[in-house]
Amino acid sequence: MDLLELRHLKKYYSSHKAVDDISLGIPHGSICGLLGPNGAGKTTLLRMVTGILYPDEGEILFDQRPFDPMADPMRIGYMPEERGLYKKMKIGEQLLYLGQLKGLRESVAREKIREWLKKMELYSWVNKKVGDLSKGMQQKVQFISTILHEPRLLILDEPFAGLDPINTNMIKDEIFNLCKGGTTIIFSTHRMEQVEEICNHIVLVNAGKKLLDGSVSRIRQDFKQHLFRVNVPAGYENEPFQSDVFELSSRSGDGLILKLREGKTTNQILGYFLGREIPVEGFNEVLPSINEIFIRVVQQVGEQPTHSPVVSEIEK
Amino acid sequence: MQKTWLIIKREYISRVRKKSFILITLLVPVIIAIFFAAIVFIAVGAGKENLQVGVLDSSGLFSNHLRNGHGVFFRYVSGESLTKFQNNYAKAGFNGVLYIPKFDIADPKGFTYFGSSQLGLDADSYIATQLDSVIENRRIALAGLDREKFDQINADVELKTVTGEDHKEGSVLVAFLVGYASGFLIYFAMLFFGMMTMRGVMEEKTNRIAEVIISSVKPFQLMLGKIIGIAGVGLTQFFIWILLTFILVTVAEIFAPGISQHARQLQAMHGATQAQSGSNLSMQIHQVLNSNINFPLVILAFLFYFLFGYLMYAALFAAVGSCVDQDATESQALTFPVTMPIIISFFIMFQAIQQPNGALAIGASIFPLSSPLVMIARIPFGVPWSQLALSALLLIGGFILTTWAAGKIYRTGILLYGKKITLKEMVKWLGRRS
Repeated sequence: MDLLELRHLKKYYSSHKAVDDISLGIPHGSICGLLGPNGAGKTTLLRMVTGILYPDEGEILFDQRPFDPMADPMRIGYMPEERGLYKKMKIGEQLLYLGQLKGLRESVAREKIREWLKKMELYSWVNKKVGDLSKGMQQKVQFISTILHEPRLLILDEPFAGLDPINTNMIKDEIFNLCKGGTTIIFSTHRMEQVEEICNHIVLVNAGKKLLDGSVSRIRQDFKQHLFRVNVPAGYENEPFQSDVFELSSRSGDGLILKLREGKTTNQILGYFLGREIPVEGFNEVLPSINEIFIRVVQQVGEQPTHSPVVSEIEK
Repeated sequence: MQKTWLIIKREYISRVRKKSFILITLLVPVIIAIFFAAIVFIAVGAGKENLQVGVLDSSGLFSNHLRNGHGVFFRYVSGESLTKFQNNYAKAGFNGVLYIPKFDIADPKGFTYFGSSQLGLDADSYIATQLDSVIENRRIALAGLDREKFDQINADVELKTVTGEDHKEGSVLVAFLVGYASGFLIYFAMLFFGMMTMRGVMEEKTNRIAEVIISSVKPFQLMLGKIIGIAGVGLTQFFIWILLTFILVTVAEIFAPGISQHARQLQAMHGATQAQSGSNLSMQIHQVLNSNINFPLVILAFLFYFLFGYLMYAALFAAVGSCVDQDATESQALTFPVTMPIIISFFIMFQAIQQPNGALAIGASIFPLSSPLVMIARIPFGVPWSQLALSALLLIGGFILTTWAAGKIYRTGILLYGKKITLKEMVKWLGRRS
């Protein structure tokens, strides 16, 4: 069941098509990575989902119902890439204000603020001004402000930018906790290793179009190139490993990367090594990383990633 | 609506709590009061100088006719030559020498004051008046008249202005002062609070909190909340100022009778001519306090024209603020089209005070972009209700129109980062559908 469904969504500007007929579904309870080069239309897409921009055409379904730009943003938490806080406002007041704007009652908001500040080790700073905090602390306050109202859908645009590894892990853990609690998360980033680590679903967009989407495991299967890693002990550096079963793709140390030939099976690979009495210390399939898939798909489309600034996306 | 209210509250409280706000609100009336007290103090003549003037009278006409006053004390010196006395008057205890030559009564010339320092304005005019009056008396006598008869002939007209159906007696001077002061105040208030709105919007944009907020509320709500919140700050300031002024005036009233009495004495002493020059300022202040200008109307109109004038321009300032990214110098090119009508209105206001019922004054006091400044300057002189109503209606209309237009620019501008926006683009955004 999809929490968010986009149907033929379009947003055109005079200079270009920022979002050009995108349809996709984001399953309930998933952590979905939204990937794409700069200027691909990610920000415009997210701004439409959060009700900041209206689509020119198409439909957004939120929780099986047409998106209500007044009520539904209250059930969405959005941490934009261009984000910030009032520098001269105290943390507690700021969180209260942002929480109330998301429809929380004051007493409820106060309770949750206390809870979250304690969890994020910021409680002693509650009466400090945001400007007095380190960048990492500000990011944590920003994160709290995004999730304070317990959104059904949480949209995080580059959430780890400016965070040290300890704080990154702290936020990562909270993202997993929220996911366990039933929150659906859209996670927009350029950091592929984070996508692989966190997301179970991805959407790849480029030049306003969706290139692919689906679960991470399925996509990696779809893009596999039938490569296998075989680990052999030292002493076989000069062995040519030629066979009609596979082709030696590369070797590094004790590892060989073999590409299975059309119509052959993995057992035939093992048969080759067993027949020659070469000890096999490890054997596994090599699936492409999301990074490789990303680069391959974007290049396949024949368009180099464009580097137009965010501004061109909404300019008219 | 509830969210707009939250925004208004934050914008209002975050500013009213600032030390600078409290300081300005409390200090400005005190500074103004001190300023006025100083003027009154000087006008009443406290701290007068003690000027000992030696009079060398070669004409013989003046002996014992020059009267002491205004801190000037005349002493007649005889048997001294000018050149000698010029060198040793200080030793004799004089501050200076007034030399009166032999002169032709039809063409008096050659009166000279020699002193170690320049004469003050007051002493200078006093000595001149004394000389004049002696010569005048002499001429009156030569013409075969006496002083009493001459005073009867001498016309001293005071023009009274009566306005309205109820034949209120007004003073042009008081109307001028009140009109000028309120116009000036609105001019500064509109610019000051307009700029404050613009800076607030710029802050939200450069802080990058704008997008966070408008994921919860509509951009228009954020803009309107800010504008209304700051309007509240301005009104609070004015209310406190009006209240403090009222208290200060009440306190001053206790002392005012004394002051005005003193002023009347001065007037009696030096005659009508003297009373019309600067020294009767304390009289004028008393006149303002006791005049029959419709002060409730002035205050009400002031608050109305400030509020809606500010609201109208603040929307434009907010639109400009939403289009400025970080670079403050860039804002100047964009603010100019907004500040220009305010500055032009300021100059029309001067004209309107001189000719409150001229075509320019009437037109500009009805046209919304200039009416806040020009109408408020005209009101103390009396404005027909029909003009007032039309002006007020158009101003409210102007406010709705600029806010609508500004909202369109604002919601696009606030989301644009890292790009210089031109006026042309802003105008183009006006035509965009929602």
